[in-house]
Amino acid sequence: MASAGTKVLLDPLVDNNPIMLQSLGICSALAVTARMDTAFTMCIALTSVTAFSNLFISMIRQGVPPAIRIIVQMTIIASLVIVVDQILKAFAYEISKMLSVFVGLIITNCIVMGRAEAYAMSNPPWPSFLDGVGNGLGYSALLMTVAFFRELFGSGSLFGITLLDKVTDGGWYVPNGLMLLPPSAFFLIGLMIWAVRIWKPAQVEKAEYQIQDAHSPTARPVAA
Amino acid sequence: MEAHLSLLVRAIFVENLALSFFLGMCTFLAVSKKIETAIGLGTAVTVVQTITVPANNLILNGFLKEGALDWIGLNGVDLTFVGLICYIGVIAAMVQILEMALDKFYPPLYHALGIFLPLITVNCAILGGSLFMVERDYSFAESVTYGVGSGVGWALAITAIAGVREKLKYSDIPPGLRGLGIAFIITGLMSLGFMSFSGIQL
Repeated sequence: MASAGTKVLLDPLVDNNPIMLQSLGICSALAVTARMDTAFTMCIALTSVTAFSNLFISMIRQGVPPAIRIIVQMTIIASLVIVVDQILKAFAYEISKMLSVFVGLIITNCIVMGRAEAYAMSNPPWPSFLDGVGNGLGYSALLMTVAFFRELFGSGSLFGITLLDKVTDGGWYVPNGLMLLPPSAFFLIGLMIWAVRIWKPAQVEKAEYQIQDAHSPTARPVAA
Repeated sequence: MEAHLSLLVRAIFVENLALSFFLGMCTFLAVSKKIETAIGLGTAVTVVQTITVPANNLILNGFLKEGALDWIGLNGVDLTFVGLICYIGVIAAMVQILEMALDKFYPPLYHALGIFLPLITVNCAILGGSLFMVERDYSFAESVTYGVGSGVGWALAITAIAGVREKLKYSDIPPGLRGLGIAFIITGLMSLGFMSFSGIQL
């Protein structure tokens, strides 16, 4: 049980990362990563919503008619997100202002919906809870990495603490403004996917067309 | 009128939902391998966005805002905190109604858009559009313009990237970048392109 539980928890971190392999939940992943503190808040919010929505959906899974399951899942998820949103507004108002609409968008985050549908509907509550936490952590790992690079190179700080003294403040570091703009998040995730796939070649996607060297005299057979 | 034109241009280009707010990325990357399907999905998003943003605006101003329920004797009741669940309910219901209406009255359009409609309920661009409308406090007329503009902008982005990806499948990409990796890099480049629109004021 312990090992099965650990596997459910740790599998989504690298081997089956929801963002890198299934391209789920990217919507909100990119917008909040210009600073580490907003990214961290987002990670906690998403992990708790995924974990608890999995738990509750799994608890009632036998009583829900299949025809209306989507709307039931939506209602549970939306209620959890409202709770998270209210908590953030009460205890971390500044950060909740910065996250603006993206807390609300956890409702339509495909990871939450996807795990509810794919895992919680067919598994008992405790493994579902672990699966939710695991997928939340997989999402968080990627988010925090992207946020680390964007904040460090874009504003020379981490969690708002200055590490590289900026030129504007009399230091030596010229901030890379691109890192704070949306495109850099896309580039960073693309490069991270590349790095992970070099590490784990099993994740490489098959090419749709194979380029063949048909006309040169030294044409070789294509390597598989 | 000029204000609306400016809002429209801003919603389509400068504040493109897909490329500057990263909304609807899941479907954006999953359904952008062929131009025809991308156009189909883009149209469906535009239609649903045009309906749901104004509808949610009416819900917000008619039921949820502080003081909106005075006429039934609930003075000063502020229901905006249940907004999220109402908006997603409205979106799900609208998509369902649209699906049934299209099936009854325009079967060809239903067959063209049919498979995309269920996907749209969980498309962040739709809910995002409504949430931005709430946050920026648009009036009803502005919300119509914003709904149309943001939908068109999203459709434009997904069609453009589908065109790029259709050509791209013939190119020799390093193994680790194939598929999802290169899709991200291209989206980044397109997003850079769209950034050149920023600063346009009408």
